[in-house]
Amino acid sequence: MLPISNDVEMAAVRRAVRECAVQIGMSLVEQTKLVTAASELARNALLHGGGRAEIALVESGGRRGIRLVCTDDGPGIADPAQAMSDGYSTGGGLGLGLGGTRRLVDEFTLDTAPGRGTTVTVVSWAWRAAGPR
Amino acid sequence: MERVPILKVGDVLLISIQTDLEDRTALALQEDLAEQIVRTGARGVVIDITAVEIVDSFIGRMFATIAAMSRLLDARTVVVGMRPAVAITLVELGLSLGGVHTALNLEKGMRLLAAPDPGGPPGTMSGR
Repeated sequence: MLPISNDVEMAAVRRAVRECAVQIGMSLVEQTKLVTAASELARNALLHGGGRAEIALVESGGRRGIRLVCTDDGPGIADPAQAMSDGYSTGGGLGLGLGGTRRLVDEFTLDTAPGRGTTVTVVSWAWRAAGPR
Repeated sequence: MERVPILKVGDVLLISIQTDLEDRTALALQEDLAEQIVRTGARGVVIDITAVEIVDSFIGRMFATIAAMSRLLDARTVVVGMRPAVAITLVELGLSLGGVHTALNLEKGMRLLAAPDPGGPPGTMSGR
């Protein structure tokens, strides 16, 4: 569990995700997409009062992947569909919204409600991996 | 806090980003650069991102801000050395960096700045 309460911790989340991505043999493009997604999610959490990230290695049908769970205790999102649309952003307009982040990962789950904070779970697989490098 | 060095090469200011920028470092860079443009009368700014592994929306916006700010101070900005994986990711993220000139490498970026200014900025920033 990694805390996200400032920009230094956000950088630590990016580093940790990168290390896992390298470990499971993701291609450079796969790594770059996932680390960028992690950065966007961590920033969202930071802008909404801070939160935490959890990184786990997952496996399915012989394929390896990474699951990243990013949680904040902010106000939550009243209209998740709107939050997913491009260009929509709260938190002072510093984010791109969640829609762009969704395109960078293989699986994307948004769990939120007003007053309950927001949890985003993403999974990316090492598609072209021929084993760890 | 780390500070990104700004080098003066002729009438161009060269910024080579070597690390994963923390937010405050990025913000300090904008201020330092504005000050240096005015102090040196530089006509161009080259941001070399050869070593940059990811560009997220925050860093992307920083490039656009620097380009806009430099233009107001009568200097042109070119971002050089973007990695292929970064370009692919930026497009999927929806950040096209309209308004920011790019060149493949430092040499081409310097050549672009040496050429006469073709006029206005290249389109407007899309993907906010």
